[in-house]
Amino acid sequence: MKVDLTVNGKDITADVEDRLLLVHFLRDVADLTATNVGCDTTSCGACTVLLDGESVKSCTVLAAQASGHEITTLEGLASDGTMHPVQRAFHEQHGLQCGFCTPGMVMAIVSLLQENPHPTEEQVRTGLEGNLCRCTGYHNIVRAALAASGGLGGLKGSSPQPSTAETVEVSS
Amino acid sequence: MIPSSFSYKRAGSPGEACDLAAEYGEDAKYLAGGHSLLPLMKLRLAAPEVLIDLGGLRELSYVTDQGSAVAIGALTRHHDVEHSELLAREIPLLAHAAGQVGDPQIRHRGTIGGSVAHADPASDLPAVLLALDATLVARGTDGSREIGIGEFFQGLFETVLEPGELLTEIRVPKPAAAGWSFQKFTQRAIDWAIVGVAVQGGQVALVNMGGTPLRATAVEAALAGGASPSDAAAHAAEGTSAASDIRASREYREHLARVLTSRALTEASSRVS
Repeated sequence: MKVDLTVNGKDITADVEDRLLLVHFLRDVADLTATNVGCDTTSCGACTVLLDGESVKSCTVLAAQASGHEITTLEGLASDGTMHPVQRAFHEQHGLQCGFCTPGMVMAIVSLLQENPHPTEEQVRTGLEGNLCRCTGYHNIVRAALAASGGLGGLKGSSPQPSTAETVEVSS
Repeated sequence: MIPSSFSYKRAGSPGEACDLAAEYGEDAKYLAGGHSLLPLMKLRLAAPEVLIDLGGLRELSYVTDQGSAVAIGALTRHHDVEHSELLAREIPLLAHAAGQVGDPQIRHRGTIGGSVAHADPASDLPAVLLALDATLVARGTDGSREIGIGEFFQGLFETVLEPGELLTEIRVPKPAAAGWSFQKFTQRAIDWAIVGVAVQGGQVALVNMGGTPLRATAVEAALAGGASPSDAAAHAAEGTSAASDIRASREYREHLARVLTSRALTEASSRVS
């Protein structure tokens, strides 16, 4: 069947199998491989993307269901070489170890902060119930979410002095 | 994992959904949020030949005040039930319990009607709606009918819905008796409940204590007779038929039912002001 999705602002039309899952559409058709397949059973959250701005697990959505809708993946967060605040927070707070859960964690936190811009630590922890980190690196992931929301002194890169561009250069 | 092949149809209206269901008969399944059905299809525990996607039917997503009841469209997502100010004010048990389903991503997709029609006794909302005496509205090719939730669930994944009949609305009476609680016990945060308990006033319903959600009638009778929460809760496993499985034995589930019912009744009575 023909599907028509907007992925990271770009229109993608493709003829796909009716049973194609959104995560495979993103990885194999759109060639965007930041989104990982982890458990494949709606548990781990590694495949989390935004559908019309809200976090969903793309292993449990059909590409056909997403046709006509807007998808944002991790690749769609940075603009003009400047990392999204949540990406910067992960870098500054060392919010990752092996990195496999990271794209899903970042997308889940972007969605969480859209719904609740200044969450408490407890709200961050319950808000990330759907994302598993098998390195058990949760502490710094939670710190990254809080820093991105302006907690824990906020982002270093967001203070008036150091320019955002310099921060990105150092980190890349 | 990839589901076995099927043909995808997107319904443009509730009427078209019913027509498609009539056309394809028992080979077809309705697809709402898909967070119960798609995992079963990936595991090949379900293999419908046709999926009728209801996701575009925005007219079935609403929460409206009907005076003595609140009407909820069957395609209202858990996230929207959780954040409904009307429900938070009038039926806080339902808003709270919807916020306990799965995780945020699942609540962004899963729907109240899908959860009820799927009829998994381990799901939270069927038991919550049973405690609240909800009425379900189903549409078939010959018109609509109302079904009391007490008659709706027939067994594991079985309901009184006829093939092709579409659940369109859940009507929940505003509770006469204040005091509510929802308790569930899970292994991991996002798991189905090993056991759960919903309490509204003197009405008590159990999650995952049999093939369908159950009213804890012995607990309700004890409460009506003036028993204390802990004395009433001692009857929580009476009349149940909990399964033993990889997560828990039947005996453990019966123990949990008593403990969680006691906690739920105590919390509910603390909320009566």
